[in-house]
Amino acid sequence: MAGALPTLGPSGPGPDAARGSPAGAEAPEVALLALDQLWFQVAGTVCNLRCGHCFISCAPDNHSFWFLTRSQVRAALDESRTLGVKEYYFTGGEPFMNREMLGILEDTLELGPATVLTNATLLPSRTVDALAGLASRSPYSLELRVSIDGVTAESNDALRGHGSFDRALGAVGRLAASGFLPIVTTMQTWADADTDRVLDAFRARLSAVGYERSRLKILPPLRIGAEARRSGGYAPSERVTGEMMVDYPVDLLLCSSARLVTSRGVWVCPILLDYESGRLGDTLSAAVERPARLTEQACHTCWLHGAVCSNVPSLSRDFS
Amino acid sequence: MSEPLPTYGRVAAFGGVYSNHLALSAAIEDASARDVDAILCLGDLGAFGPNPDKVFPILRGHGVRVLRGNYDDSVARGLDDCQCGYTDPRDNHYARLSYRYTLARTAPENRAWLASLPGALRFRLGDLGVLACHGSPRRTNEFLWESTTPTHFLAKLAGDHDADVILGTHTGIPWERRWGDCGAYVNVGALGRPANDGRTEVWYALLEGSGTELSVELVPVAYDHAALAREMREEDLPEEFVETILTGWWTTCLEILPGKERARGRF
Repeated sequence: MAGALPTLGPSGPGPDAARGSPAGAEAPEVALLALDQLWFQVAGTVCNLRCGHCFISCAPDNHSFWFLTRSQVRAALDESRTLGVKEYYFTGGEPFMNREMLGILEDTLELGPATVLTNATLLPSRTVDALAGLASRSPYSLELRVSIDGVTAESNDALRGHGSFDRALGAVGRLAASGFLPIVTTMQTWADADTDRVLDAFRARLSAVGYERSRLKILPPLRIGAEARRSGGYAPSERVTGEMMVDYPVDLLLCSSARLVTSRGVWVCPILLDYESGRLGDTLSAAVERPARLTEQACHTCWLHGAVCSNVPSLSRDFS
Repeated sequence: MSEPLPTYGRVAAFGGVYSNHLALSAAIEDASARDVDAILCLGDLGAFGPNPDKVFPILRGHGVRVLRGNYDDSVARGLDDCQCGYTDPRDNHYARLSYRYTLARTAPENRAWLASLPGALRFRLGDLGVLACHGSPRRTNEFLWESTTPTHFLAKLAGDHDADVILGTHTGIPWERRWGDCGAYVNVGALGRPANDGRTEVWYALLEGSGTELSVELVPVAYDHAALAREMREEDLPEEFVETILTGWWTTCLEILPGKERARGRF
């Protein structure tokens, strides 16, 4: 049913081409300006859902990357202090498939703000209660970013699987009742002109489960992984070149301010997880020294939209 | 050889005036009665409130040391927006409306004055080296909220910029954090609108340095908010802005608030 949804962008050359070929010497490099965001691939590529648009094809049987342990996360947290990290993000796969997730968040919230990107299908009341306890004991914000990709069960479940809409909405209701203001993220599958209408529909749907002050975040499609098979991937011309970086505010790009800790080393950012070119080293200290290379076509989405995976948009400006 | 930094014992500091000339006058009067050595304004003179030109003679007349915020930078240079970075359509609508009003009604000589302001101020408070900025020492429009700013991040920022104490504003909600022997960050609050706390008062900071001891008092300022609301209505500013002045709850530009700060508000 995934194909029933409208897609954005040109219908490209197909899933294999989505990975493209490395642009080689043409690919610009971006050095780390400051490690503001430390991301954790805390559930590896393991997910209880098998979404038709997942940019890294996470699934119950995708074990390319495994869960991070609490002690692995703790070691990176310790290292992050001297690096001056400002925010911590947890993604997967589905983070709450990691049995140590609550402990990991407890450790993190002692140091700084934590954001979890979740499908919210594994958040029973006892987990929500535990999260509320962690949030209330920390001076820092605990943000839950809940992915819902349609304002109806029909449209969401076509992408995310049968029953996922009702389960996620139920969790949003429980989170709201516990004092959270979850950020509901949705991939844009509509024309820009329809944005207000779609957002109004989302607000009404969320209000119906008791979430009145909804926070909504629209994400552009990343045409890699499963999404490339669904929507056709990138056109050959959609690639970042050196010329495109002339006078471009580089701090808009996540790779200028973030690194991703995984079970197999440290990567540039979450969207490059499937690409060996995204791997920057075995350790955080090594990975912060190496620049990112904008080799992959997914970098074009970031170049166009900025670091949309952050909670708030990048704010690059030249104050002369 | 660079000039020695000015040394103070006690200062008052505020930011985010947002054209609220009534609160500005009230805060200066309050601070002056507390025997301060200097009054500092950390930027963003316009936005939100009515008749932006009114705050300039008040600031200059009282010798307030002013630095340039992101809004001031935009107005001075006639940019397209206020550089707050909103993406939510509703927030953007109000931010645009407010910015266009302010830009159109700020006199050329005042825009030139904004352009002449420094981006940061350094001074000594007792034996402490203080760096006053708008958002953060590294970026004028960086938001440093209490719930999303780790202590180790602040300590590194202070070290990178050779300061014991950092003063900032930009978010509109005052808070403070201490670390080590004498490290401190103080968000000095904003005079232009209440701090999303259900109170109509606005906030400034009173800071005193004695040796390496820093004392901080966040001071609420009552002013004739009803008169400001009337003036805002006369200027056809949005009723949503007026509501904030009258209730103390933010109604717009909520997207940038982290979960904890937003949950404390009404909207």
